[in-house]
Amino acid sequence: MTATRLAGAWQRLLSYGVLLLLWELASLGADPRKLPSPQIVAGVLIDAIADGSLPYHIGVTLGRVALSFVLAMAIGVALGIAMGQRPRLDRFFDGWLVLFLNVPALVTIVLCYVWFGLVEAAAIAAVALNKIPNVIVTLREGARALNRDYLEVAEVFRLGRAKTLRHIVLPELFPFIVAAARSGLALVWKIVLVVELLGRSNGVGFEIGTFFSLFDVAGILAYTIAFAAVIQLIELALLRPLERRANQWRR
Amino acid sequence: MAPVSELLVDIRLKRFPAVGQAPTVIAIQSLQFTVRSGEFVCLLGPSGCGKTTSLNIIAGLDRDFEGTVALPRAADRPRPVIGYVFQTPRLLPWRTVEENIALVLDPAQARSGIVDELLKATGLAEFRQTYPERLSVGMARRAALVRAFAVSPDLLLMDEPFVSLDESTAERLRALLLEIWQARPTTVLFVTHDTREAVQLADRVIVLTPSPAMVQSIVAIDTPRRDRAAPDVAERLRRLIMPAAPAASA
Repeated sequence: MTATRLAGAWQRLLSYGVLLLLWELASLGADPRKLPSPQIVAGVLIDAIADGSLPYHIGVTLGRVALSFVLAMAIGVALGIAMGQRPRLDRFFDGWLVLFLNVPALVTIVLCYVWFGLVEAAAIAAVALNKIPNVIVTLREGARALNRDYLEVAEVFRLGRAKTLRHIVLPELFPFIVAAARSGLALVWKIVLVVELLGRSNGVGFEIGTFFSLFDVAGILAYTIAFAAVIQLIELALLRPLERRANQWRR
Repeated sequence: MAPVSELLVDIRLKRFPAVGQAPTVIAIQSLQFTVRSGEFVCLLGPSGCGKTTSLNIIAGLDRDFEGTVALPRAADRPRPVIGYVFQTPRLLPWRTVEENIALVLDPAQARSGIVDELLKATGLAEFRQTYPERLSVGMARRAALVRAFAVSPDLLLMDEPFVSLDESTAERLRALLLEIWQARPTTVLFVTHDTREAVQLADRVIVLTPSPAMVQSIVAIDTPRRDRAAPDVAERLRRLIMPAAPAASA
């Protein structure tokens, strides 16, 4: 297993190397202002790290990602389980869910800023609202398939609601929670950038907006690469081990 | 241990509503019986006659019926405690044997050492840290047995717990069940379709009619359990329970 994982890591490294090479080749013939070479971008990246601006903005953005992610997961998991287990609730709110799933992220963001002002809470709420419907849909699927057998065990032995939720429902739904978290992280950080672009005065999205007005493609690429790398790191260092730990009982 | 009252079952009607093409089914009609405190009673009936349904009603899992059920309860307990051994072990796969049992215990029971004692008695002591998927079928059933006894139930419900096991494993588990039950007496209602199993285990056998379930006959078995293994005794008891059944059939 470790051997295949190692092979996988090498393949991934190779594929990134090829991408870098293609970029290098493309930049040779292009206007460096439109497509700067990897070396230029690397230079910008190093400078931005050295003067502390990149770590600061990434930190601010990560804080927003974390807050809205946790909020969206908590609310989405709760509503998803409720709708999955109660058909009447599900029928009633299903229409709302379809509606919210189809509201463009931009609309939610603009409305939140209009209604609540250009404040931090509005930004967090806008991101969470965008993500909640996806979490609900995933968790509802899981909750519909909950094994009656285990719930009966809980009922006969009188575990009570809290223990049943914690020790039976949530562990059984864990694969669905991880799936929602995976796709959630990817979605949330992209929306956070838009929120920052439209109504915040710091964070990666704000910086990219500034670079855009200055036509600084190297800056845009440097921030994007840095931030995508950080998100990838979170996925590898946090979500994957969590998933492995929760699945250790599987044969 | 405080005295325990008896189990009174009076199910007047249990209907399963029509679903799609399937018509309404009357599963139980006028099923009345009593299980005395500390008694081991087998509910014997053909497959699909409503035995599991009646157990689920008694356990409180199915409240959609007409009639009443009064559960046995120790005088010092606020409400009756039920142990249930299902047809399949129903151990949570994400918890070890030990964690599965600990989940259903209250803190006092968890501290009492009862789990250690039961795990030892069932030969599961070395498997307490094992996840259910790594247990053999027989071991998983034993773990389910431990879980049900560990709560010190006022009433132990068992729904064909040894079905679909090979006969020698089932035989060992029946002996083990009697051993534990004699060490920790409780009121037992054991559902089975196997007359031999009922002969071996029960103080009294309640024979049910084919669906809808009603009481056909009630047979008390006074022969001590250790004498029931002899073939002629077993055959006599079997005929006592199932007079119409041809000789030597199950």
